[in-house]
Amino acid sequence: MTKYTDHLGRPIVAVTGIGIVSSLGQGKEDNWTALTAGRSGIHDITRFPTENLNTRIAGTVDFLAESTAGATPLSEKLAALAAEEAIAQSNLPMEDFGGSLFIAAPPVELDWKGRFALDRTTIDDGETSYELMLASCRRKPLPDFFNTTQFGYIAERIADKFGTRGLPITLSTACASGATAIQLGVEAIRRGESDRVLSIGTDGSVSAESLIRFSLLSALSTQNDPAYKAAKPFSKDRDGFVMAEGAGALVMESLESAVARGAKILGFLQGCGEKADDFHRTRSKPDGSPAIGAVRAALDDAGLTTDQIDYINAHGTSTPENDKMEYLALSTVFADRIGAIPTSSNKSMIGHTLTAAGAIEAAFSLLTIQTGTLPPTINYDNPDPTILLDVVPNVKREQQVSTVLSSSFGFGGQNTCLVMGAEPN
Amino acid sequence: MQNNKVLITGIGIVSSLGEGLDAHWNALAGKPEPKLETEKFAPYTVHPLGQVDWNLQIPKRSDQRQMETWQRLGTYAAGLALQDAGIKEDEALCSTMDMVVAAGGGERDLAVDTLILAEGRTSNDRGVMLNQKLSTELRPTLFLAQLSNLLAGNISIVHKVTGSSRTFMGEESSGISAIETAAARIRSGQSTHALVGGSYNTEHFDMLLGHELGGYLKSDGWAPLWQREGSAGGGLVTGSGGVFLVLESAEHVAKRGARAYAEIESITSGQIRRGRDDLKKTVQDMLKKAAGGDEAPFIVSGASGAHAPTSAEKAALDALSGAARGISGITGHLREAQFPLAVAIAAIAVSKGEAFAPLEDGEKPLDKPVSAAIATTIGVTRAEGVARLVKV
Repeated sequence: MTKYTDHLGRPIVAVTGIGIVSSLGQGKEDNWTALTAGRSGIHDITRFPTENLNTRIAGTVDFLAESTAGATPLSEKLAALAAEEAIAQSNLPMEDFGGSLFIAAPPVELDWKGRFALDRTTIDDGETSYELMLASCRRKPLPDFFNTTQFGYIAERIADKFGTRGLPITLSTACASGATAIQLGVEAIRRGESDRVLSIGTDGSVSAESLIRFSLLSALSTQNDPAYKAAKPFSKDRDGFVMAEGAGALVMESLESAVARGAKILGFLQGCGEKADDFHRTRSKPDGSPAIGAVRAALDDAGLTTDQIDYINAHGTSTPENDKMEYLALSTVFADRIGAIPTSSNKSMIGHTLTAAGAIEAAFSLLTIQTGTLPPTINYDNPDPTILLDVVPNVKREQQVSTVLSSSFGFGGQNTCLVMGAEPN
Repeated sequence: MQNNKVLITGIGIVSSLGEGLDAHWNALAGKPEPKLETEKFAPYTVHPLGQVDWNLQIPKRSDQRQMETWQRLGTYAAGLALQDAGIKEDEALCSTMDMVVAAGGGERDLAVDTLILAEGRTSNDRGVMLNQKLSTELRPTLFLAQLSNLLAGNISIVHKVTGSSRTFMGEESSGISAIETAAARIRSGQSTHALVGGSYNTEHFDMLLGHELGGYLKSDGWAPLWQREGSAGGGLVTGSGGVFLVLESAEHVAKRGARAYAEIESITSGQIRRGRDDLKKTVQDMLKKAAGGDEAPFIVSGASGAHAPTSAEKAALDALSGAARGISGITGHLREAQFPLAVAIAAIAVSKGEAFAPLEDGEKPLDKPVSAAIATTIGVTRAEGVARLVKV
């Protein structure tokens, strides 16, 4: 008889569907081929002019019709594509998914195209002002623009498209958002609220304004040439992250329900852990205790010891601050063993997909377990001598791993870690 | 799995009615007049925030400067709730406390926006102009002051709540899901104590634009909540405010000897397709379930005033023999914080064991003690939530 509960007597959470879109392409196959080949999806920005900007590169998704339609339509499309792939793989009904939806989506406002268009409707009324724009809306509301400003809109569209149940949850925990979407799904299954959940992280929000905002915080790499070299986690000359887009989706089910319907099981979500930082809005507590707490909480939740982690899918943003703090956290938790645990950063190739990152990287973590291939950290030409990690430098490695830790650390002090495995615990 | 009782042990409210639960109860119980700002945003009327001494809950000026008003409001209300629960500055309790924040965002720099739009009317190359202006005119830290998850970030920094931090988005639905999720986690044993709530600052043209792009704001002055049909505009009169609650398992409450206002017995939420499904029937079914056989329940309605959902909710309420109170007629609609507000007011009623008098003509009096109350929030365009609170 199969055991359906974990070390704490909770329903075991199985993954039965995975979907990915990134700048490397659409679908698991294209993404995995490119990622394990060490190919970068970072390129010169063509979506908007980059004159006067210090950063002119990104990992935008440019191959969709929605790529130039604005952050909301693109984020929705990316989410839909990832969800479609995941649901198809799970063999659940495409239009009647029947479980809860948790979606990490970027907080976006009316974009500049919209603002300019709205201002244009007031040109005969006087000088530019919010009062005139409001008056224009009174005369003629703009429902399409309205929808792009509603944070609940994407979730509603995805819920309708795939027939998820109940009130969908839209969330943001900054760069940890995708991981939080998965964590919420895991918790719902463990509570017995839903036999299956759809957890998505999506982000199609690269625009001039979003780029400039991160730029003003000195968070972005300015090493524009060549673009594919800019993201270099754990390197000495790393100088910031590269903004990017994409979506990751997981279908998760209670093991019992997955087995009952004869679903193919792709892996297990064994544990989730989180800990908030109270130090600063963009910097982590110098002793790394919140990140350390999040990693330990995830291991405890999974019922594993540090000896049982075979590979780490690092947050590895390529900012001076993150990579240093991440090493501090990991080396504190894993002590002497840390140098012996392969630890690579997908962001060296796909960039930082922000709201989507935790979900995409969880999806890649599961593919790592499935295929026995560790994706590399590329652009590792000039190692940071203070970070003593085996980053799987530049070239993939064939190595079977059964348990993976994926970490996500965000602005605003939100830290979330996930543990995934080939077998339940 | 555990089945813990979920108790409300702390309430923090700031709105146009003042701050703290006494100020709100006294205002609502005493034939309240709405406090209105009719000129600054004319033709729109809003319920403005009263005087708030931010220093009382956000002692560091440097912290205050890093936040836009909605974040300050939320951080302030969170401090009130922690204080009310007797948890504030208790390091052990705060560092293990879970947090779910319902957040919007925004409050853009209107001067920068207006400057760019004005230049855009004549610029030959808007894209390049946009880059140049945004790079030089935007205050670097404004991004963080607007960012949705930074309300939670600020609460962690100011009040040291660090057990976990999650931010839900999606207008009214975020407030519903935040309380529902925090309560479900406590009920099942995934959490022992949690801080949950949200805030909304309406006194900002950009925030009003967020509603008016869809034509939802009432544009001919304030009117009683249930009597806005046929008025100019969309019926919505918004208000500024922040509402946070402390939720705990009964065991946790007993262990630390705290007092509780009410138990959250159940929360029902959903999201029908408004264009297709029957909203009135949906609300009616949710209310019936929440009433649990009570013939004349006391209902704190979070109805927004927006025409279609408000008339659907009114029809559903009228079909019951209960006594409903449309609080946003007095406070304005607080969007993300609306459900937290309705739950908070319902909890106070339960703890006092009494209803407050009708807020306007057409609401029924209730002359029996209140041992249970229902709180509702029906989103302007999506999401429905109903909570049932009972005496501890």
